[in-house]
Amino acid sequence: MTEPLLKVQGLKKYFPIRSGIFGQITGQVKAVDDVSFYVNEGETLGIVGESGCGKSTTGRMLMRLLEPTEGAIEFQGQNLAKLSPFEMRKARRDIQMVFQDPYASLNPRHSIGQILEEPLIVHGIGDAKERKKRVRALLEIVGLSDDHAKRYPHQFSGGQRQRIGIARALMTNPKLIIADEPVSALDVSIQAQVLNLMQDLQKELKLTYIFIAHDLGVVRHISDRVGVMYLGKIVELSESEELYANPLHPYTKGLLSAVPIPDPDFRRQQIIIEGDVPSPSSPPKGCTFHTRCPFKMDICTKSVPQLTEAQHGHSVACHLYNEQANDK
Amino acid sequence: MSEVVANTTENLTTHKEVGPWKEAWHNFKKSKAAVVGAGIVAFFIILAIFGSWIAPQGVNEQNLSERLMAPSAKHWFGTDDFGRDIFSRVVYGARVSLWVGFSSVIGSVIVGSILGIVAGYYGRWVDTIISRLFDILLAFPSILLAISIVAVLGPSLQNALIAIAIINVPNFGRLIRSKVLSIKQEEYIMSAKAIGMNDFRILFRHILPNSMTPVIVQGTLAIASAIIEAAGLGFLGLGAQAPTPEWGKMLSDARVYLVNAPWTMIFPGLAIMLTVLGFNLMGDGLRDALDPKMKN
Repeated sequence: MTEPLLKVQGLKKYFPIRSGIFGQITGQVKAVDDVSFYVNEGETLGIVGESGCGKSTTGRMLMRLLEPTEGAIEFQGQNLAKLSPFEMRKARRDIQMVFQDPYASLNPRHSIGQILEEPLIVHGIGDAKERKKRVRALLEIVGLSDDHAKRYPHQFSGGQRQRIGIARALMTNPKLIIADEPVSALDVSIQAQVLNLMQDLQKELKLTYIFIAHDLGVVRHISDRVGVMYLGKIVELSESEELYANPLHPYTKGLLSAVPIPDPDFRRQQIIIEGDVPSPSSPPKGCTFHTRCPFKMDICTKSVPQLTEAQHGHSVACHLYNEQANDK
Repeated sequence: MSEVVANTTENLTTHKEVGPWKEAWHNFKKSKAAVVGAGIVAFFIILAIFGSWIAPQGVNEQNLSERLMAPSAKHWFGTDDFGRDIFSRVVYGARVSLWVGFSSVIGSVIVGSILGIVAGYYGRWVDTIISRLFDILLAFPSILLAISIVAVLGPSLQNALIAIAIINVPNFGRLIRSKVLSIKQEEYIMSAKAIGMNDFRILFRHILPNSMTPVIVQGTLAIASAIIEAAGLGFLGLGAQAPTPEWGKMLSDARVYLVNAPWTMIFPGLAIMLTVLGFNLMGDGLRDALDPKMKN
């Protein structure tokens, strides 16, 4: 197997909780707690989880928009977590991000042409004429026309703005694109257009995606592999089809059984997850999911299950499947 | 998919490229008060620029045989105790007052913006130091602070201008700081970082232009109060020195003749009132046009 494009090892982000007049650190929010995964070139890794599970924090740490507390981010042979701010700015040429809210991610005072041209100016690519040409080319690639370059963001619809956001991410010809809930702010009909656009671009430009979302249907549509996050940890990671056909972790099972099926006569056994997500500032001991798990065992309250391969290419962090590992 | 794109493309071509500034201008024109205010301001700016052609007499031309004459065809606004033509002096005074108003506000906007933007963007101890500095300046009544600054620097128009600029710095600094605090949370700032932009470019290409609207509004209103403050300092003898035709100074010189020759006081006073009114009306109009959310 070839070396993966991006390899994340033991990534952690703890936010300090400050209180009192002197702002002493009195606790920590473990937003992301020991996350490891890899992404191969040309594939799409989906990351799903409910809000607050740390998926966006993970995405932002990969770009060092948030500084990781601990962990290594290996991208093309260099550890991004160790780069100086200056080196990191240069490295961002190869990793770009598409943001969630197309209404907030474009500067309202700049025209579309200026917005798209900016990454090239920042990285010193091409002269004015070449830059303009590239702006026109990319507008066309994402399905807009070149006279849109003179307009301002408020004159576009949400779907069009997200296309602009995608075009901007593509300006510097990156290898990896981190898409942080790129369609969750859009209407369902527009979601499909944008997803298809992203898939077409992936094929044409050989892009690698990390696709962060809370919508299981959307993730299934676009991902090759999917990681499920819960309270800052990856609880299950597998090929997309395998995960949807054969979920192992009780949390994943619960999530999948909550996806509505467009057939009123269809009846299935639902796994209802009860209770709320515990606070990440004081996560439960042992498996963080044991407070809500229908299959809770004694060991779950004591030891933290590690993410191990239960079946070929299908990893899960759950004591139900880790018995051999625990016996050792 | 391509059909949908084609459709939306057509819809968009119907309205032209409307930038945020053009739109604000369009809103501004709709308010009558704002246009009147802008008219008054424009009138005084013209007076200030072309004063030497408009004024019928030299500004310091004395004619002791025509002391304290009431308004007449020859002296529209009458004459003062040295027999100088008040109309000419009021016209020249526009230059002094507008110069003080504009330059002191521009000075405080520049200094306040830099301090505010640095405090807001970098936060932590930088913010603490700068914010406390603002608090200290704001703790004094502004005219008192201006008087003490002039007392240290020595009374002159230029020092009055510097004092007024200093006392206005914390107002603009705080305004920008709070605006920067909210803007730096916006996703387009995050996306600017993701592109690989450096702080300098983010601050001056993205954060600053987006925090300018309240500054323009506040700046227009501050010009009005700067003119009053300059007049106040002039009245106290701490601003412009004789024989500079400064409106506040003219008021101060005229107070002895208030009963016998009220025109010596009325016309400079009216000039101050009108300019301040003009800037205030214009400022209100700008506020409504640039940021409708700020209304009241």
